[in-house]
Amino acid sequence: MSPTLRICHLYPDLLNLYGDRGNIMVLTNRARWRGIEVTVTEAPLGQRIAPDGADLFFIGGGEDRQQRIAAGDLAAMKRRPLEEAVEDGAVVLAVCGGYQLVGRYYRPAEGDDLPGIGLLDLWTEHPGPRARRLIGNLVIQPDGEAPPLVGFENHGGRTRLGPGARPLGRVISGFGNNGEDGWEGAVSKRVYGTYLHGPLLPKNPAFADRLIREALARRYPGFELPRLPDMLEEQARAAILARIGGTPR
Amino acid sequence: MSRTAERANASTEETTTLDPRLSAAIALGKATAGLSRFLRQGGGTTMPGRVARWVEPRLLERLSGRLQGGSVVIAGTNGKTTTAHLLAHIMQVLGHRPVHNRAGANLAAGIASALVEHADIRGRPQGDLGIFEVDEATVPRVMPSLMPRVAVFTNLFRDQLDRYGEIDYIAGLWRSAGTVLTRDVIYVANADDPLVFDAVRGLPGRLVTFGVEDERHALPALEHTAEARYCYRCGTPYEYAVTYFGHMGQYRCPTCGVRRPAPDLVARNLMFAGPDGSEMTLATAGDGGVRVRTVLPGLYNVYNILAATAAALQLGASLPRAGEALATFAPAFGRAERVSIEGRELQMLLVKNPAGFNEVLRTILATGPLPTVLIAINDQIADGRDVSWLWDVDVEMLAGHVGHVIVTGLRAEDMAVRLRYAGISQEAIEVEHAYDRALRRALDRTAGGRLFVLPTYTAMLALRSVLERWGAVRGFWE
Repeated sequence: MSPTLRICHLYPDLLNLYGDRGNIMVLTNRARWRGIEVTVTEAPLGQRIAPDGADLFFIGGGEDRQQRIAAGDLAAMKRRPLEEAVEDGAVVLAVCGGYQLVGRYYRPAEGDDLPGIGLLDLWTEHPGPRARRLIGNLVIQPDGEAPPLVGFENHGGRTRLGPGARPLGRVISGFGNNGEDGWEGAVSKRVYGTYLHGPLLPKNPAFADRLIREALARRYPGFELPRLPDMLEEQARAAILARIGGTPR
Repeated sequence: MSRTAERANASTEETTTLDPRLSAAIALGKATAGLSRFLRQGGGTTMPGRVARWVEPRLLERLSGRLQGGSVVIAGTNGKTTTAHLLAHIMQVLGHRPVHNRAGANLAAGIASALVEHADIRGRPQGDLGIFEVDEATVPRVMPSLMPRVAVFTNLFRDQLDRYGEIDYIAGLWRSAGTVLTRDVIYVANADDPLVFDAVRGLPGRLVTFGVEDERHALPALEHTAEARYCYRCGTPYEYAVTYFGHMGQYRCPTCGVRRPAPDLVARNLMFAGPDGSEMTLATAGDGGVRVRTVLPGLYNVYNILAATAAALQLGASLPRAGEALATFAPAFGRAERVSIEGRELQMLLVKNPAGFNEVLRTILATGPLPTVLIAINDQIADGRDVSWLWDVDVEMLAGHVGHVIVTGLRAEDMAVRLRYAGISQEAIEVEHAYDRALRRALDRTAGGRLFVLPTYTAMLALRSVLERWGAVRGFWE
C-alpha cells in the first residue's frame, strides 16, 4: 500500500504573509510526483486539532496584528495536541511569525507580550518600532553534509535560543535569528523553526524531501524517497548563491 | 476668500518678483534633465527634482502653490499610474493643462521634477492643475507640501513588504497624513476596499467613494490574495456578500458594524472583451448614468476608471463629458499598452503583486489558450527585493492554457520554479536571461497572433528599452 503524507496547515488565511502557501504546494507536489498520497487539512482559528490527525504541521508568518489574533488561539486550542504530536514523532515547520509563536514568548514592538507554545526553547523580542528590520536575502549552512538553505528574511523581532534548542544553521549571508550571534533558525526533535521564507521549500528541495521523509517515518519507518529531476530548482539556487557569493553544492 | 482665489492671489504676488533661489533651483533642475536625457540616463524623471530641491527645499510647496486649480494626489498599491493618466487625460480634454509626473516617478523628487519641467525660470507654472501619483509610503512626506484639493486612494494590497514593512503601517501613514490637511480637502476613496475605507473614514474633509456594482462579475469565493479578512477595528472576520478581486467587494463586520459605504459613483453592467477593453455604465445618485467604452482591459481597470472619474467630477467635470473623454484614452506605457512589431502585436501588462497578477492572468486568458507568454521578474528596489509573492499568485490558471512560457529577468529561475509547481511541464518552461533574446524567442513563437508580456516594473523598463532600440516604441518620458 502506498503511504499517505498527512499535512496540517495552521491558520492558512491568517498567517500567510510571504507566499507561505508555497511550502504546502512544494510538499504536496513532491510527494505526489513520487506516488505518495497527500492530504492537506486546514486548522483555522477556533478549530481543534488531533495529535494523530497529521504527520507534518506547518505554520507561516503574519503581521503583528494577525500574530496577536493567532497567539491566543494557538495556546488555547492547539498547544497540547501539537506537543503530543511532536512527542510521537510528527514534524513541525514554523516560519517567521509562526517561528516566533512556537518559542516561549514574543515581545512585539508595541503592546503586551504574546505567549508562545514552547515547542522550541527560544524567545523573541522586538527592539521597538524605530529599530531596523532585518531584511534581505539569507543563506545559511546547516550542520553536516546538507546543502546551504537559501531564502529571504524580513523580521523585526530578534530571536535567542535557550539550551533546549540548537540552531538550524550558521548564517553565510544575511542576518538570521538576531543579526548578532551568526545563527539562524532552531531545531529540536522534529520541530523546525526559521526566518527563511521565499518561500523556504521551493528553492530548498533537499530540505523539503527531508521533511517529507521524517514525516512519513512516523508511520512508515524506512520509507525511501526516489530522486526527482530538480533542474529548475538547482538553477534557481545557483543563481541566488552566485549573487550572494556562496557556492552551490 | 475661497481657496482657489487665495491661490491665485498668492501666485500673482509671488511671480511679480524674481526669487533668485527658486529660479536657480529651476534652472539647475532643467539643466539636469537635459543632461540626463543627453546621456540617456533614463528620462531625467527624478534627478532634476532632487537637484532642484537641494537648492530650494521648499520647492514642492512653492511651485505647487502657484497652480491655479490646485493639486490632486493619487495613492494606492495598484493602478496609480493608470488612474493619474486617466485623470490627466479627462482634464486635458476639458481644457485644463495638467502638470503631471507622467513617467510614474512618484517619490518627492519625481513630483518635483514634474513641477520643474512645467515651470518657467521665474517659477511660473505652465499648467493649471497638478496631478501627482504618489508612492504609498511617501504620502505623509508630500501631503503637507502639496496641500492637495483632492486626494485619491485606490486600494491597498501587500506589495514590497521588504520596503514598506507591513500593510497596516501604510494604512496608518495615510491616516496620519490626512490629519494635516484642512477641512476643505476632498478624499476620493475606494468603497470596495475595507482597508482604504478604514484608513480614510473619519478624517477631516469630505469623503467621496466609488465602487463596482455588478454581481455577474463576482468571484465564487474570497481569493487567496485577499488581505482584509479580519476587521481592522475588532478582529472579527468580515462577511463578504460579494467579492470582485483580492479583498474588493461588499463587506461588513458582524461585530462592530463597519460596512462598505454606498458609493457616490458606481460602475454597472460591465462587459469585458478580454485584453481588448471593456464597457461599463458609470452612474451617480444624481445622474442616470453614461455608457463608457475603453481600451483598458479587466476589472482592475474599471476601478482605475472609477477613481479617475470620481476625482474629475470633484474638479468640475460632468459625467457625460468625462465619459466621452474616457473613450479616447490610450494606456500608459506598460499598462496594457499595445505595440506593433514585425506584423505581430505585443501587449505589455505590468505585474507587481499577487492580486494584480491574478487579474492580468484572467484578462489574457479570457479569449482562450495562448501559444506563448513572456514573464519577466526582477527583484530591484522598485520591484520589491522579495519575490515570495510569486507564490501567492494563482499561476495555476496558466496550466493547460499556455503552450510555452519564456521567463526572463534577474529572478527568471524563481518564476520557472513557480511555474513547475503550478503544473507546467519543465519542457514548456524556458529560462532566457537576456531581455532582447527573450523577446526575440517569444516573438518567434508568436506567429501572427498577440504576444502577452508580463513584466515587473524594472523589467518592463528594460524590455521597453529593447523595443525602443528596435524602433517599435518611443522613450517612456515622451
